[in-house]
Amino acid sequence: MSRQGADPIERPSATASSPIVAFQAVGMRYGRAPEVLRDIDLTLAPGSFHFLTGASGAGKSSLLKLIYLAHRPSRGLISLFGQDVSLMGRRELPALRRRIGVVFQEFRLLEHLSAFDNVALPLRIAGQRPESYRADVAELLAWVGLGKRMHAMPATLSGGEKQRLAIARAVVAKPDILLADEPTGNVDHEMALRIMRLFVELNRLGTTVMIASHDQDLVSRFGAPVLHLSEGRLAPV
Amino acid sequence: MSLDGDPDDWTRWKPAPLLPRQDGRDRGLAFVIAVLCFLATLMAFASLAANRAAEGWVRDLSASATIQVRPRDGETDSEAAARAAEALAAVKGVTEAASLDRAASEKLLEPWLGQGGIPADLPIPRLVTVELDPKAPATAGALNGALREAGVDGEVDDHSRWLADVKRSAGAIGGTAIGAGLLVAMAAAAVIAFATRAGLAARHEVVEVLHLAGAQDAFVARLFQRRFALLAARAGLYGAAAAAALAAAAHVFGGSDGFTPVLPMVWNDLFAALPVPILAAMVAAVAARGTAMRLLKAEP
Ligand SMILES: Nc1ncnc2c1ncn2[C@@H]1O[C@H](COP(=O)(O)OP(=O)(O)OP(=O)(O)O)[C@@H](O)[C@H]1O
Ligand SMILES: [Mg+2]
Repeated sequence: MSRQGADPIERPSATASSPIVAFQAVGMRYGRAPEVLRDIDLTLAPGSFHFLTGASGAGKSSLLKLIYLAHRPSRGLISLFGQDVSLMGRRELPALRRRIGVVFQEFRLLEHLSAFDNVALPLRIAGQRPESYRADVAELLAWVGLGKRMHAMPATLSGGEKQRLAIARAVVAKPDILLADEPTGNVDHEMALRIMRLFVELNRLGTTVMIASHDQDLVSRFGAPVLHLSEGRLAPV
Repeated sequence: MSLDGDPDDWTRWKPAPLLPRQDGRDRGLAFVIAVLCFLATLMAFASLAANRAAEGWVRDLSASATIQVRPRDGETDSEAAARAAEALAAVKGVTEAASLDRAASEKLLEPWLGQGGIPADLPIPRLVTVELDPKAPATAGALNGALREAGVDGEVDDHSRWLADVKRSAGAIGGTAIGAGLLVAMAAAAVIAFATRAGLAARHEVVEVLHLAGAQDAFVARLFQRRFALLAARAGLYGAAAAAALAAAAHVFGGSDGFTPVLPMVWNDLFAALPVPILAAMVAAVAARGTAMRLLKAEP
């Protein structure tokens, strides 16, 4: 896979040394409930690879939501690609979101679209022409083992197949940041390793990767730095 | 999108619609739009026909004038009428002037005085009818001037009072039709706005995924805009076609005793149905886009 985002024009303010993601004293809450994340300080260097661990309900998914701009923090500063997100208007966020690939914990596949259309979605949204990405989408689907199910509807896929489909959709646009929320929860060990190797490969090509996972075995096997959440705070491992 | 045959074949793949295909809800909406377009098309036909009827009356009324002649002392009413007709025939813009004979004038008075109830020596006003050149009709002033010169005591009625009435009615019908058309368009816009709101709520999950994948509000709004514009165009086609069929049937079977004499339509009027589906699509597009943009912008 070649990096599309390597075009210097597409990476304006983030120089090699400045963090691609930076949190300062960030808090987050759902509605009027108490904060589920507190005092989060975090910096991710471009091209880094992190695991995010923590008990169920610790706030892993919530932290990722802040990064992929699905939720605004209740306090603190968040900057992405060197830009202060809190100062941004609604129209400016899509450009940032296109540079972030997300594997959602609950997949969030579009049920009325085929596997092929689901994977093609980010490219369509980015305004690319079908002829330019059809072959890439087919290749990626084959790569995640869905070559025979390209035109299947998500409802007819197994849990593991859905997960691989979600992964394919997250990486198809070659994002600068890849966030994966329990991306190996539904696949067997061998497929888990393959998926992890895909993430490592993308990381080697320059993508900043963060993976939320329960799987201690997997986490220790890859030896990447670990961010541990405990009761809404980042704690040293 | 599902492909037949080889499941590996992706070379023929085409992007599927990003919004789920229509569900039962859309059928009710299509029916409402079709009915509105039906009514709007009928209204267009009716106002065209009414306009044509008014034009006909205007043409008839302005093509002639009537002059009431009163005989002077020592002159019979027939002589006065003959002199008036002679004088009027010479006026520029008059193609023909004829005096009604006494029998014809009596006949006009019959409804008021009864048959045979008019004594032979009773002077009655005599009428001279004047046919005017439709291209350059003589004015009432010119006719009056000619009468004065000829020394005839008469009064010209160029039907201008009736003309004004007819023109005013035609204007009122036209204005009413435009107003009703605007109301219909507003009603259509309102139901489309309502449907867009419901669609956004029903497809909240889809919309959120699109946003998270980097879609602008305008991208999402365009999906609804296209969906409802297509729906309205199709519904508009049915509505307008039904109205055209009804009008054609009335034209064929209405005959000379049906409403055709009252609302004289011609086959070309049916072309007024053509823009209706396009207008419906435009109204739907604007309403759907506006509503979607407004609602999306209000999201956190
Ligand atoms: N949409 C929501 N509305 C309200 N509260 C929420 C919502 N999502 C999560 N929470 C709450 O926020 C807290 C953190 O949840 P989060 O999903 O971030 O945990 P997690 O670490 O991802 O857990 P898991 O490992 O089970 O996925 C939990 O207490 C949860 O109940
Ligand atoms: Mg979670």
